[in-house]
Amino acid sequence: MRLAKTAQERLLTILTPVAVLALWQILSQLGVISARYVPSPAQIFQTGWQLILTGELLIDVAASLYRLAIGFALGAIPGILIGMVMGLNRFVRAMLDPLIAAIYPVPKIALLPLLMLFFGIGDGSKIAVVAVAVFFLVAINTTVGVMGIDRVYLDVARNFATPWPKLFRRVILPGALPTIFAGLRISLGVAFIVLVSAEFVASRAGIGFLIWTSWQTLVIDNMFVGIIAITVLGLLASFVLKELERHLIPWRSDDR
Amino acid sequence: MNVRLGERSGDTSPARSGGEKVRIEGLGKSFGAGSRRTTALQDFSLTIDDGEFICIVGPSGCGKTTALRIVAGLEQPTVGSVRVVPSSDQVGRPLNAMVFQEHGLFPWLTVIDNVAFGLEVRGLSRRERHRQVEPFLKTIGLLKFRDHYPGQLSGGMRQRVSLARALVTDPEVLLMDEPFAALDAQNRILMQDELLRLWEDARKTVVFITHSIDEAIALSDRIVVMSANPGRIKEVIPVPFARPRSVAELRADVRFGELSLHIWRSLKDEVQTARQTEGIGMP
Repeated sequence: MRLAKTAQERLLTILTPVAVLALWQILSQLGVISARYVPSPAQIFQTGWQLILTGELLIDVAASLYRLAIGFALGAIPGILIGMVMGLNRFVRAMLDPLIAAIYPVPKIALLPLLMLFFGIGDGSKIAVVAVAVFFLVAINTTVGVMGIDRVYLDVARNFATPWPKLFRRVILPGALPTIFAGLRISLGVAFIVLVSAEFVASRAGIGFLIWTSWQTLVIDNMFVGIIAITVLGLLASFVLKELERHLIPWRSDDR
Repeated sequence: MNVRLGERSGDTSPARSGGEKVRIEGLGKSFGAGSRRTTALQDFSLTIDDGEFICIVGPSGCGKTTALRIVAGLEQPTVGSVRVVPSSDQVGRPLNAMVFQEHGLFPWLTVIDNVAFGLEVRGLSRRERHRQVEPFLKTIGLLKFRDHYPGQLSGGMRQRVSLARALVTDPEVLLMDEPFAALDAQNRILMQDELLRLWEDARKTVVFITHSIDEAIALSDRIVVMSANPGRIKEVIPVPFARPRSVAELRADVRFGELSLHIWRSLKDEVQTARQTEGIGMP
């Protein structure tokens, strides 16, 4: 029964966007939506198909995906490690808290010029800005996750005289994992925002570049292809993260 | 003074069955300093025989949980000492294992991994752990739930798993901190019977904390009644009923009612005193 239920849920998550597209197509054909500003889905897919055939779209998608993946990893891995240490050690927490509290609210895109100064105008600065955005969110969530582990679990572990490595692997890590994943999910969305913004202003390739140049040359069809591409990429990325979560946190997905 | 948990000193010979198992002397615990200093526990002394079942009852804030946590080694006393006499068979069993209130199981471990946790910590192989754990799962009737997570079990099942987790390590003393408090009345009686059945087999020394007078009478050999502000022992009452006991049948005994009334009166004074003290403290 549970399997059938998750299959049902997965079907629904596919069905809703399809229904929206269908409605859009119908409204375009009825002339309710002006084709000058908003092309129909069929038109967009046709343009998109051409961009795929010429290889243009692939170059942009690959460029964005590369920056996103590297930037996300470079932000998330140190974020989890430093967040862990902060959650476990109050001296480290006292040391790093003011720094993080000061930098966290800064819109990370505001740091792009500075990062370009350090990492150049190529991929380096875009990767860096994604990494910085991801790092703070993941570090904060990991800290909260570790600190929020119910005291009774630590008491149980202590009562059994659990040595440190086992305590970490069997109690602290799984105890903090749900909150860490919440941080990863939020930071994935932020990573997309920051990446596309960075590609708007300073880049020679990438989906953000595609959208921005299409706008400047008023090739609205291409612009929509770019928007659809980033949407699909976002969906795929959160799907991968969700599957990873299902796999790593089985006790959560099972009791729902 | 220091707590000497299980120190094997030369002058004490290991306990035989029925001999002294736990010696708690002059235990005290205070928090804070100066005028804000509060005493949670004062002059708590108790000697428990091997295989004896002790229940501690008392009003909220009487320090019973503090006392248990000190015996468990989870807290340090301000003064006093706890000594657990190790068994003579030299198998190096842990001095105590604690059954916590309702949420003590690790939600991220399956039933079998939860029960085997104490053995895993001791470095036993997965195979050996399962070999030792499976009979326990069978005894508590949860063998077919071995790969379930605690979130998929009922409250009663979870507490049976908690109990099995503590018993698997074969501790010298079993400590239980209101383990059945969150269960409904029927499940509670079933769990009490189950605990008694397991206890008859293993004859562990047990220290059990409860709010329920009936539970204390049904389970224990001696009841320790505590008073609050500061937390200390008010009286120790022996329970005369023969074993093996049936919790439901025990309740029909006249002496059960008399004993229950006696403890209730003793506790009622305490609860009222506690209320008055709280009242005076209010602005």
